[in-house]
Amino acid sequence: MSSKKNKEALLTPLGLNNPVTVQVLGICSALAVTAKLVPAIVMGISVTIITALSNVVISCLRKTIPLRIRIIVQLVVVAALVTIVSGVLKAFAYDISVQLSVYVGLIITNCILMGRLEAFAMQNDPWPSFLDGVGNGLGYAKILIIVAFFRELFGSGTLFATDTQPGINVLNHDFVANAGYVNNGLMLMPPMALIIVACIIWWQRAHNKDLQQK
Amino acid sequence: MNALRNFLDNVKPKFQEGGKFAKFRSTFGAFETFLFTPNETNKCGVHVRDAVDLKRTMIVVVLALMPALFFGMYNTGYQHFRMTGELADVTFWQIFFKGFLAVLPIIVVSYVVGLAIEFASAQMRGHEVNEGFLVSGMLIPLVMPADVPLWMVGVATAFAVIFGKEVYGGTGMNMWNPALLARVFLFFAYPTKMSGETAWYYNYSAEAAVDGFSGATPLAMANAGNYTSFADAFFGLIPGSVGETSAVAILIGAFILLYTGVASWKTMLSVFVGGIAMGWLFNTCGSAENPMAQLPWYNHLVYGGFCFGAVFMATDPVTSARTEGGKFIYGFLIGAMAIVIRVLNPGFPEGMMLAILLMNTFAPLIDHFFIQANINRRKKRVTIKA
Repeated sequence: MSSKKNKEALLTPLGLNNPVTVQVLGICSALAVTAKLVPAIVMGISVTIITALSNVVISCLRKTIPLRIRIIVQLVVVAALVTIVSGVLKAFAYDISVQLSVYVGLIITNCILMGRLEAFAMQNDPWPSFLDGVGNGLGYAKILIIVAFFRELFGSGTLFATDTQPGINVLNHDFVANAGYVNNGLMLMPPMALIIVACIIWWQRAHNKDLQQK
Repeated sequence: MNALRNFLDNVKPKFQEGGKFAKFRSTFGAFETFLFTPNETNKCGVHVRDAVDLKRTMIVVVLALMPALFFGMYNTGYQHFRMTGELADVTFWQIFFKGFLAVLPIIVVSYVVGLAIEFASAQMRGHEVNEGFLVSGMLIPLVMPADVPLWMVGVATAFAVIFGKEVYGGTGMNMWNPALLARVFLFFAYPTKMSGETAWYYNYSAEAAVDGFSGATPLAMANAGNYTSFADAFFGLIPGSVGETSAVAILIGAFILLYTGVASWKTMLSVFVGGIAMGWLFNTCGSAENPMAQLPWYNHLVYGGFCFGAVFMATDPVTSARTEGGKFIYGFLIGAMAIVIRVLNPGFPEGMMLAILLMNTFAPLIDHFFIQANINRRKKRVTIKA
């Protein structure tokens, strides 16, 4: 149940085999939903749940799926899960689901999902597949949260703010403004998310010899 | 002089291979070659060398920027006193000194931050320190509004040097003009400090300003239908970024650049041609309701950063197209695109900056097609003969 291989399936996506920074998958949603921390966290959780469950379902079905139509079967499973998650969000966290707008629906096209289904779930048992899905979802969530932290802090001066809740006010104080500080509007635009992701990749490769290209 | 030479010779072994400070080799080298002409000669073979190296080229550009810089200082002081309504009471030197005080800190911040990053990254890679930042460090203050907070200049310079230049491999490898990158960073990050009516006046405050004072730039006024006269904009006592207002000062710089052959006349000319063509096109077929479209084409050339961009930014040898034919297309599209952005998007009055950065991106593509066309032409010649 917790053999070395299973541990690897769960833990490597958090670091050395991170889906965003190493495999460079799921970049589009990482740019789109990271202007604020709360949507980023919700997005991370949604992707984790969907990746884990779809991995399990596909792994269970893997011997019965005809190879030639496997992509369609995978898509149907993912689409069903996405619809469920999107419905749950609309019912219990409506504000956030409005902020995330189409991006929850677009999880269906998230490269991480299809990548893990093809690369892992089609060859492995349900339990390792589940761990792999959780690991990759959390690896994705981790990067989203780091990016969103910097973008919200320097872009809006707050943390955990939503449309209805003010969140934690970090930089929007009078004494900060009097010292001449102004929030950085570029942080709220997608290009800055790309640059922050690039910085994370830079930092990671600088610290891991294995990841450096020859 | 001799004492300095002796001192350098004394400490030199410490900075060489195996010495105590061998790590700081390139920093030492940078200072040594700054103070003295290197006396190293080639060890094998004879190479014909020109006296014009990177350092010389850079110094020529910095010299060419001087008229725009000094005029910019004067204009900054002039605009400040215009804002406070004291223009009649101050002398020429008071005006200049005020502007000098406003611009000097921006220059210092831009050089200190930029050179610190250049030295640090040269150190980390074990490269020689390059002179590339000498020009960028002077261009950055010239494209800033006079009242920009200094820490923003520092942040923008750091951003431009790290993400525009060092990540691509340093001087000569950058895709985009670092000075424009610094400006575009500030433009999108801190729009309130980079545009509007107050950014152009040193120490602006509502209390200091005279009653009924309006500080809009010629481009902003043209958007509202009030055209500044060609002559005013040509001589340049108008609000705007420090170095961009006076076409006269910029043209003196352009003359120096062209006379010494540092900048390409092909790029410069075609930027103006592109601007004129597009401005004229809007004059004749543009919407009558859009005051920017009806702005006479010759006014476009002297408003805002058009002149400055055409002379000093578009001709940057690193980021512009390098094929001779490509320079015409590259320049023409910059001029045309700048006017298109100005006219059709009132949100971005400074179209020149965006147009140059856009064409910087496409310069390698233009070069690629020109080189490919040349290869194909020659190939054809060979097969016909055979």
